[in-house]
Amino acid sequence: MTVKKLSPEELLGLNKFAVDEAEPHIVLDKAICAKCAEKPCLVVCPAVLYSLKDNEMNFDYAGCLECGTCRVVCKNKGIIKWNYPRGPFGVAFRCG
Amino acid sequence: MSDDEKFDAIIIGAGPAGAACAYLLAKAGKSVILIERGSTAGEKNVTGGRLYTYALELVEPGLYQQAPLQRKVIREQIVMMSQHSAMTMDYVDYDFGAEVPQSFTVLRATFDEWFAAQAEEQGAMLAIGILVEDLIEERGRIIGVRAGDDEIYANVVIAADGVNSFIAQKAGLRGDITADSVGVCAKEVIELPPEVIEARFNLAADEGVARVMSGGTDGVPGGAFLYTNKDSISLGVVVNPVEAAQQGKKVQEMLQDLKMHPVVYPFIKEGTTVEYGAHLVSELGINAMPKKLYRDGLLLIGDAAGFVINTGTMVRGIDLAIVSGVAAARAVLANEGSTNVGTAYLKELEDLALLPTMRLYAKWHDIVGNPRMAATYPNMMNEMIKNMFFVDGKLPKRIDKAMLSIVRKHVSIGQLAADGWKGFRAI
Repeated sequence: MTVKKLSPEELLGLNKFAVDEAEPHIVLDKAICAKCAEKPCLVVCPAVLYSLKDNEMNFDYAGCLECGTCRVVCKNKGIIKWNYPRGPFGVAFRCG
Repeated sequence: MSDDEKFDAIIIGAGPAGAACAYLLAKAGKSVILIERGSTAGEKNVTGGRLYTYALELVEPGLYQQAPLQRKVIREQIVMMSQHSAMTMDYVDYDFGAEVPQSFTVLRATFDEWFAAQAEEQGAMLAIGILVEDLIEERGRIIGVRAGDDEIYANVVIAADGVNSFIAQKAGLRGDITADSVGVCAKEVIELPPEVIEARFNLAADEGVARVMSGGTDGVPGGAFLYTNKDSISLGVVVNPVEAAQQGKKVQEMLQDLKMHPVVYPFIKEGTTVEYGAHLVSELGINAMPKKLYRDGLLLIGDAAGFVINTGTMVRGIDLAIVSGVAAARAVLANEGSTNVGTAYLKELEDLALLPTMRLYAKWHDIVGNPRMAATYPNMMNEMIKNMFFVDGKLPKRIDKAMLSIVRKHVSIGQLAADGWKGFRAI
């Protein structure tokens, strides 16, 4: 294989995740997000997990890298809950 | 776990800070529980990165020789990149690295797992897959932690829970970290055969390169890094998330563009990306540290205490984490049953040169974080270098006039003087 640009989906596909289906560790209040003009989460999430669909903010916690960037840039507090996944769920880096 | 079980120390987070602390406390015969939310120590961590071995020597002389380290860094490179060119400063020191102090590249999943296992061998109890949710407080003193339905008690709780330290926040020692005080890092680990890495970087077996790059972040303040591991390359970008958001530039895309840059691509071509990671990095050094690093019954160590230094030529964090773990262990051992552990911890941080070093670099962010470092100066430098090598048969401009006109094209003389003065003052 040769090195090429990879899409977020391809990159996340390389990682190992144990998704906690019962409990999302990050929860949004979509009404707050709808009113947020800046929406920095769309840009800064390294996993590109925030997306707009028909003007509604969507977030998929399954591919979260647990970096915390969305939490620190979220200006209008549309992220109403940001925890680490319950042990031992979430991403498991094999190299780190 | 029964409610009446009480440890000498609870350590939250089995990274290098927590493991170092647990190692020394357990070795001294203390009952220590090291609680880790991952299913192994290290699986939640991401680094650039490198480890300076002097720190491991403080834990146990010679310990680094058994550690799963990657390559000994003998080459330090600083790269100023513009879009299609680069100026690389390549420093090689073949004497460096025979003995401590030296540095090695490292991958955290393997290193942290090994280090936590060393602490276990000394007698620490490693509890994996457990997320500590809260602290237990009694009359102003931290006396334990809560995880799910479990309550665990100890004489002292040591928070080594990383850059997003919720424990430090819950203890009231710091507010939420702010977006302007951190960089967001995106990193790929790209596998290549060891002999290919050695040929491309001019290395003998086991020798490695650490490279910091400016100008590779599409104009967003920040930088990029490349470290050679045994059979892979760690390549990443670290940028200011506020600026990235304002400029609408995705961190993930910056990293993809960096891979294709002519000064990076030849080193990684034919490689295979095997992992994609992200992490926050404290960027402001001592300026963003919690005002207080302890309270009664609680100490903050490692990233939780904000111990990161970025000088622009090197980034230190793992070594400082280990040193702070050592400092905490020494303070705890020397002050059993007393309420002076916090002040003793600060004294150890002074004696081990950690806080003095943080203070020394207090203003370096003025240089490293200067927005013009992300594009203006790397572009200017590249154009100046190009001028020195360019021949087209026409009468060249006098070198002083040529250089001055290049400088003026990129930055005003007033701005250059201001940046220079600010930089000089920061040193």
